[in-house]
Amino acid sequence: MALQMFMTFGSWNCLLLLVALEYSKASSDVNESANSTAQHAPNAWFAASSSEPDERISVFELDYDYVQIPYEVTLWILLASLAKIGFHLYHKLPGLMPESCLLILVGALVGGIIFGTDHKSPPVMDSSIYFLYLLPPIVLEGGYFMPTRPFFENIGSILWWAVLGALINALGIGLSLYLICQVQAFGLGDVNLLQNLLFGSLISAVDPVAVLAVFEEARVNEQLYMMIFGEALLNDGITVVLYNMLIAFTKMHKFEDIEPVDILAGCARFIIVGVGGVMFGIVFGFISAFITRFTQNISAIEPLIVFMFSYLSYLAAETLYLSGILAITACAVTMKKYVEENVSQTSYTTIKYFMKMLSSVSETLIFIFMGVSTVGKNHEWNWAFICFTLAFCQIWRAISVFALFYVSNQFRTFPFSIKDQCIIFYSGVRGAGSFSLAFLLPLSLFPRKKMFVTATLVVIYFTVFIQGITIGPLVRYLDVKKTNKKESINEELHIRLMDHLKAGIEDVCGHWSHYQVRDKFKKFDHRYLRKILIRENLPKSSIVSLYKKLEMKQAIEMVETGILSSTAFSIPHQAQRIQGIKRLSPEDVESIRDILTCNMYQVRQRTLSYNKYNLKPQTSEKQAKEILIRRQNTLRESMRKGHSLPWGKPAGTKNIRYLSFPYGNPQSAGRDTRAAGFSDDDGSNPGSPSITFSAHSRIRSLQKQQAPEIIPMKSLRRGGKTLSFGYQRSTSQEEHMGGSRRVALRPKPPFHAVDEEGESGGESEGEAFAVRSRWTTDRGHGRDYHRSHSPLLQRK
Amino acid sequence: MGVAHSHSASEEVRELEGKTGFSSDQIEKLHRRFKQLSGDQPTIRKENFNNVPDLELNPIRSKIVRAFFDHRNLRKGPSGLADEINFEDFLTIMSYFRPIDTTMGEEQVAQSRKEKLRFLFHMYDANSDGRITLEEYRNVVEELLSGNPHIKESAGSIAEGAMMEAASVCLGQTEPDQVYEAITFEDFLKILQGIDIESKMHICFLNMETMALCH
Repeated sequence: MALQMFMTFGSWNCLLLLVALEYSKASSDVNESANSTAQHAPNAWFAASSSEPDERISVFELDYDYVQIPYEVTLWILLASLAKIGFHLYHKLPGLMPESCLLILVGALVGGIIFGTDHKSPPVMDSSIYFLYLLPPIVLEGGYFMPTRPFFENIGSILWWAVLGALINALGIGLSLYLICQVQAFGLGDVNLLQNLLFGSLISAVDPVAVLAVFEEARVNEQLYMMIFGEALLNDGITVVLYNMLIAFTKMHKFEDIEPVDILAGCARFIIVGVGGVMFGIVFGFISAFITRFTQNISAIEPLIVFMFSYLSYLAAETLYLSGILAITACAVTMKKYVEENVSQTSYTTIKYFMKMLSSVSETLIFIFMGVSTVGKNHEWNWAFICFTLAFCQIWRAISVFALFYVSNQFRTFPFSIKDQCIIFYSGVRGAGSFSLAFLLPLSLFPRKKMFVTATLVVIYFTVFIQGITIGPLVRYLDVKKTNKKESINEELHIRLMDHLKAGIEDVCGHWSHYQVRDKFKKFDHRYLRKILIRENLPKSSIVSLYKKLEMKQAIEMVETGILSSTAFSIPHQAQRIQGIKRLSPEDVESIRDILTCNMYQVRQRTLSYNKYNLKPQTSEKQAKEILIRRQNTLRESMRKGHSLPWGKPAGTKNIRYLSFPYGNPQSAGRDTRAAGFSDDDGSNPGSPSITFSAHSRIRSLQKQQAPEIIPMKSLRRGGKTLSFGYQRSTSQEEHMGGSRRVALRPKPPFHAVDEEGESGGESEGEAFAVRSRWTTDRGHGRDYHRSHSPLLQRK
Repeated sequence: MGVAHSHSASEEVRELEGKTGFSSDQIEKLHRRFKQLSGDQPTIRKENFNNVPDLELNPIRSKIVRAFFDHRNLRKGPSGLADEINFEDFLTIMSYFRPIDTTMGEEQVAQSRKEKLRFLFHMYDANSDGRITLEEYRNVVEELLSGNPHIKESAGSIAEGAMMEAASVCLGQTEPDQVYEAITFEDFLKILQGIDIESKMHICFLNMETMALCH
């Protein structure tokens, strides 16, 4: 069904395009002819005016040329967006093929239409437009979304692999192709070494990030992820530097004139260009971070500053013939950390989304242009060149991967396995970068440009479609280690316990802690950089972030309890004592296993998740957001109802009121307490008891030795029947939990205590209060809740 | 802390190396971490584990913390809990998680595996009687299910189901009328025979500054 919709969209747009192109063709035909009588024709199609030219105002006119370029560009982008919508509607597709496939197909479609209608495509792509407008957003997005910590931890390996890999690939492919060209039989004798080297450099521009989405689910480990990401990030920069250098070589010298001095100068230049670009980027990054420090009052220009400074770094570097790509990357990386702390939340979101949007527009345009070039007459097909190009691309990539990783594995503490290396080798998918560079080859220097373009197109098509589609199954195949043997309940429990244990011990020994990572840089950062670059009002933001952290934890737990109420209880009730040995029926085992898998707390996932085309919020964020929204709604409702403090109500009402435990140490707040106090005047909010219940059970596990002293637990049990019907109402439960939680975080929460029957009530309150006060003295953080204790006292 | 004294530092380190099997690099790193946790005190108490923020989210947090103070793990007695542990005890506990050195003999490998499983057994067996009863097992299941009150009943059933499975594994068909009370350590070993302990219960202490997992 989704596919049909996709087709409908596609066909609608085809129709639109066709219509537009027909009109444009007609109008362009018309405009070309100087004959004035011909100008009547369009007018005649619409309302007829007088037959005399130039004297009457025509009622309807058509001027397509004026808007042609933006119109068509917009149509292309819209078409690609519609295709993407269709692509994601059918949810299995993104896992099957990378989105680049889709964009290429759309491009081919547009190309087909343009070719079919014999229309002259607008000059969207030429050298300056590409390098000045289309390329920076793509690179900026890559740099901004890069996870900095893993990147810097692995920076040695990444640099080694990216730089040397690109060089080996470029030079290797270039040289081998040159050798092929020497063979007279293929008719390629006029392609000299420099041209081959240039071709080698542009064809080795890989875009492996495009395939990351395909095997995201297959738990790629973080190291591998970073290698692929890092390679994608630096590869563009390196190939463009090489490309420009070799073009300069081609322009300045004929092949015979090149001396070793020139080659040495070339190498030196390579290094200077790279390093210089990075320096530029860092400087601009710091400047922009510094400026965002002062933008509290005009937060609307914060995204502007971020984008303009990044772009400026690119342009400034390009002015000096340094690598703009590396500059903009370095700028994004430097800027991100400080800017994120300085800008407001909405600016931050704006920046992220706008960046994604810009880069996706750029890439779409390039791919469409690629499609347009595919369907056309300007191809030169040379079997030998193309086949050997394909072959050499794969061969040289394999050589570079295995050789370079063999060396770097000697120095790494966690070497890459052969499986990882295979994945890296196979993810060498070419993308928009190589096509652009091929397309922009100057025809004067490269008489056989068409052949190069054709070869590039073939390589891109091959790698994107064939490799892109098969890499998913390959990774999943490589990943499957054990047979899918169903584990027994015991084994599952034990394995889960061991996972948690391992995670816990790792936490204890500081494996994941932030303290040990790059101590020196952190100290430097704290002492100097942050003082300069980050805004003054730090205390407020730390409370805000603390609040967010607390909410996140509570949200996670609330969702746990909330979700779990919806699972069906299909567990057959078994006897309390095990009488003899009975066999568990398979259905029982299945249902037990289902419950376990749904409900056991997931061990923290440390793997990263990056999608080039999409900003996916993490699940905990999504849940937290949803709960926040619900909570705000509840709060608004409760405000509207005009609830006052509970002790203002008459004592006769049969309320269910709940204990409110103070928040302890913020770090343990999430675990220890559930504040469940809120005001209500009917018994329709029994949701909270589940919270307090879970709080109690946690308290129980936390303070095992003090278990007998936690009396509120018992008092709750006494009133068990009134509380039990809270479990059925799952949705209201969440909302009220939300409302309660929110309210409780305010300085003076409306305050309740559990009240079942009269006589036990007082007792329980007293004991609860005793527990509470002990708690606050233990934790020492009950500043807000000491105040709340007094109303209770007064009440008694 | 003894290691701070320069003249006896290397001796102490060597002694610790011999006892626990860590290398001096690892001992140094762990010592730094110990000082962080303890706030530069010579011993750690239970409260110090509150300084590990990520541990808060762990459902079996209490058991993990308890395991550090368990006399059985510290090899100081058959039962009971210590109040505080010093660095040597810390290392002793950590040594349970060292990767099994496969170059050692069969005997040694089996012994290491048994040690790790014993550590795990002690986590289940809260009252130190050498057996895991239904009650203790149920407690573990409840903790794993994050103490959710909804599933309290099913936690009980799950525990029973697990016990029955264990019974069928350990007792077989020979005595159908026997009531299976508790899991002993030998039974525990039998149950966990199929699981690859090596990858699950070891932590790379080599380079604790990176975030990579070892496979």
